[in-house]
Amino acid sequence: MSTVPVEYFLIVAAVLFVIGSVGFLLRRNLLVLLMSIELMLNSVNLTLVAFNRLHPANHDGQNLAFFVIAVAAAEAAVGLAIVLAFFRVRKTIHSDEANLLKN
Amino acid sequence: MNKPFDLVFFGVCTLLVLLGGVGTVAAKNPIRGAMGLLTAIVGIAGMYLQLSAEFLAAIQIIVYAGAIVVLFLFVIMLLGPQATTSAGAAGTKLSRYFGAGVFLFGAAGAMSLVWRTRTEIAALPKAPANLGTVEGIGRELFTTHIVPFELSGALLLIAVVGAVAVARGKQPDPTRDAPEATLPEAAKGPPLTASVSATAAETNAPHVHVEEA
Repeated sequence: MSTVPVEYFLIVAAVLFVIGSVGFLLRRNLLVLLMSIELMLNSVNLTLVAFNRLHPANHDGQNLAFFVIAVAAAEAAVGLAIVLAFFRVRKTIHSDEANLLKN
Repeated sequence: MNKPFDLVFFGVCTLLVLLGGVGTVAAKNPIRGAMGLLTAIVGIAGMYLQLSAEFLAAIQIIVYAGAIVVLFLFVIMLLGPQATTSAGAAGTKLSRYFGAGVFLFGAAGAMSLVWRTRTEIAALPKAPANLGTVEGIGRELFTTHIVPFELSGALLLIAVVGAVAVARGKQPDPTRDAPEATLPEAAKGPPLTASVSATAAETNAPHVHVEEA
C-alpha cells in the first residue's frame, strides 16, 4: 500500500529522538523536559510501528506502541503533578532549583 | 495510492514532525512548546496512517493531542507567567553540551547504520487486510497480551491516584479545623484539638514536604 521505504520512517524517528534528547539535556524548564520525554517516546513508537509494518505477520510492534502510549499518559500525569508540587515548594520550575536533597 | 501522493504526504508529515520537535525544544514560552508537541504528534499520526496502523493513529490523536497536550496546557496556565524560566547558570554549560554531543554522536552512528544496511532490507511485503485495525489489534490484545493489558489498567489507576495525591498536597481536614466555637462541647477532645490544629498549620507551610520525606 505504502510506497515510502521503511528506512525513511526510521530516519525521521532517529532525528526526532535526537531532538528530544538534546532538548532534555539543554533545557532547564521542567515542563519542557517532560515534553522532550514525550517526543522521545513518540519517536520510539514510530520505530516500533515501522518495524511492525516490515513484519506484518502479527501486531507485536503496534501492541508495544499501545502500551508505551498508556505508560506515557501515566508518566505525564504523575510528572506534571510532581511539577506542581515542586512549584509549590520552590516557587519556580527551573530544574537547577531542585537541590533540596543536596545538603 | 500512487507513489507521488505517498511521498508528498510523507514529506508533509516529516515537516510537521521535525518543525514541531524543534519548536518544542527551542520555544522560550512553554505554551509554544506545547503547540510544537501537538504539531509533532499530528505528524506522527499521519505517519502511522501510512504504516497501516490506523487504530494507533486514532489513539495517538485521542490520547496525546486530546489528553496529554491539554494536561500540559492546564499546568502551564495554572503556573502562570512563572512557567517561563530564564536560562540556566553558565557553570554547567560545558557538561550540558558534552552530554548533547554524546547523544548526537550516538544518533549519527545509528543513522549511518540505517543508511549502510538500506539495501539489505527487503521491499515491503503487502500488508494483510487486518493489520492495524481495531479488530486485528484487539484480538491480540485480549488473547496474547492480556496480562500486560490488565497491568496497564492497574498502572493507570495507580497513576491517577498518585497524581491526585501529589498535586493536591496536604489539605487541612475541615472536620478538625472548624472553629472551636461552632463545635459542640462533646466533639472537641481538648488535648487533641490543639495539637491537631498546630500540625495542620505546620503542614500548610511550604517546607514540610521536604521534612516529611
